[in-house]
Amino acid sequence: MQKGTDTVKRGHAQMLKGGVIMDVVTPDHARIAEDAGACAVMALERVPADIRAHGGVARMSDPGLIAQIMESVSIPVMAKCRIGHFVEAQILEALGVDYIDESEVLTPADEQNHIDKWPFKVPFVCGCRNLGEALRRIGEGAAMIRTKGEAGTGDVVEAVRHARAVIGEIKRLTTMRADELMAYAKEIGAPYELVRETAELGRLPVVNFAAGGVATPADAAMMMQLGMDGVFVGSGIFKSGNPAKRAKAIVEAVTHYDNAQILAEVSKGLGEPMVGIGVTELPESARLAVRGW
Amino acid sequence: MKVGVLALQGDFQEHEQALGKIGVAAVEVRLPERLEGLDGLIIPGGESTTVGKLATTFKLIDPLKEFAKTTPVWGTCGGLVFMAKDVGFDQPVLGVLDMVVERNAFGRQVDSFEEDLDIKGIEGGPFHGVFIRAPEVKQVGPTVEILCRIQDGRIVAVRNGHLFATAFHPELTDDLRLHHYFIEIVAEKSRSI
Repeated sequence: MQKGTDTVKRGHAQMLKGGVIMDVVTPDHARIAEDAGACAVMALERVPADIRAHGGVARMSDPGLIAQIMESVSIPVMAKCRIGHFVEAQILEALGVDYIDESEVLTPADEQNHIDKWPFKVPFVCGCRNLGEALRRIGEGAAMIRTKGEAGTGDVVEAVRHARAVIGEIKRLTTMRADELMAYAKEIGAPYELVRETAELGRLPVVNFAAGGVATPADAAMMMQLGMDGVFVGSGIFKSGNPAKRAKAIVEAVTHYDNAQILAEVSKGLGEPMVGIGVTELPESARLAVRGW
Repeated sequence: MKVGVLALQGDFQEHEQALGKIGVAAVEVRLPERLEGLDGLIIPGGESTTVGKLATTFKLIDPLKEFAKTTPVWGTCGGLVFMAKDVGFDQPVLGVLDMVVERNAFGRQVDSFEEDLDIKGIEGGPFHGVFIRAPEVKQVGPTVEILCRIQDGRIVAVRNGHLFATAFHPELTDDLRLHHYFIEIVAEKSRSI
């Protein structure tokens, strides 16, 4: 019996495909998410919109809160640690969370290095804005990737930009001759072996979810049609008028992402979406997606 | 031969790819009408609560129960849970396989594991089992055959006639023997009609 292998770490993300992972801050939220059909929850003290509003240093959540959320649902529970903060990650592993998100939504603890994720038994998901960043994270041991988008805004534009960047670069990669791959690896700052593997597969070697700004069933379905494997929804659910109904609608939209009839049906009467912030109004210093190296 | 893969949530693409490698075209099933004309169905791994809820909303529960009365079905991991009669949780299940199942019986993700398995009816050496937050079959009805136990004795593969279920994920390996095994069940059933 071998535990913590690459296959079971990456494989867990494969079981989440076609699903929605929801940010929750209380056990009640977690139960609402589970009842709505979430395939996992992300346990947090504050959703990204509140992290933005609150300011200051955003850290790993209280382990007591995460443990309560783990006890309240039967679906997988993820939790966030700061970029580079390997001790927060050790604590989350000791707690028994099912996935760790090394996340730009929290204040980075290291401005040069991400966590060496290989020695951990618990799998990691990391954010990316482009293929180079995705492959660097996989090179460090990430078992799942999410495109970053711009968390806590309710504006899907960055999620689209990052998803298109990753998919577009992979497409380009698949048209290259073998002798062009090393130069390309150098150009995007990615490990050569992973560049070659991605070119052969025609996709990332791990599951790739969309994140950061998804607020409606249409947003979620759009990310799926662009070729993402599933969707993270952060502030979009519990900052909206009717979280239970919206959560269920987004789950249904991800399953039936290419059926416009069903998308129309599930999008009806969801109440107020989260208010949101246009990303173009955000100064560079307030953007979370630029964190990560 | 037409085999469906329940595509509500989970690793249905991995099953489609495995079927493709053995020359069987797969049909993605998200709505009841897609079950028509299928000779068999795979219920993939995924979150069984998510799949159960989506199956309820899109009115698949009764059609799937009806389908499973006569047509071969194979559930892997979450699919095994979804087929079980009793899972000890308040969640929608098909209840077509007479067994008691415990979800996440081996623990959380850090306890997910790999182990080589001897499976009854599978020739050619051990089958590499990938178990992810896997369920365990605690008890089976009188007509259900136990095909595999892991080293500590726990039941991880069962069959009742045309219904087949595994707690692990053959679709995450390159070993296609269990997909062949299921297709053989489908072929046998088609011949007998």
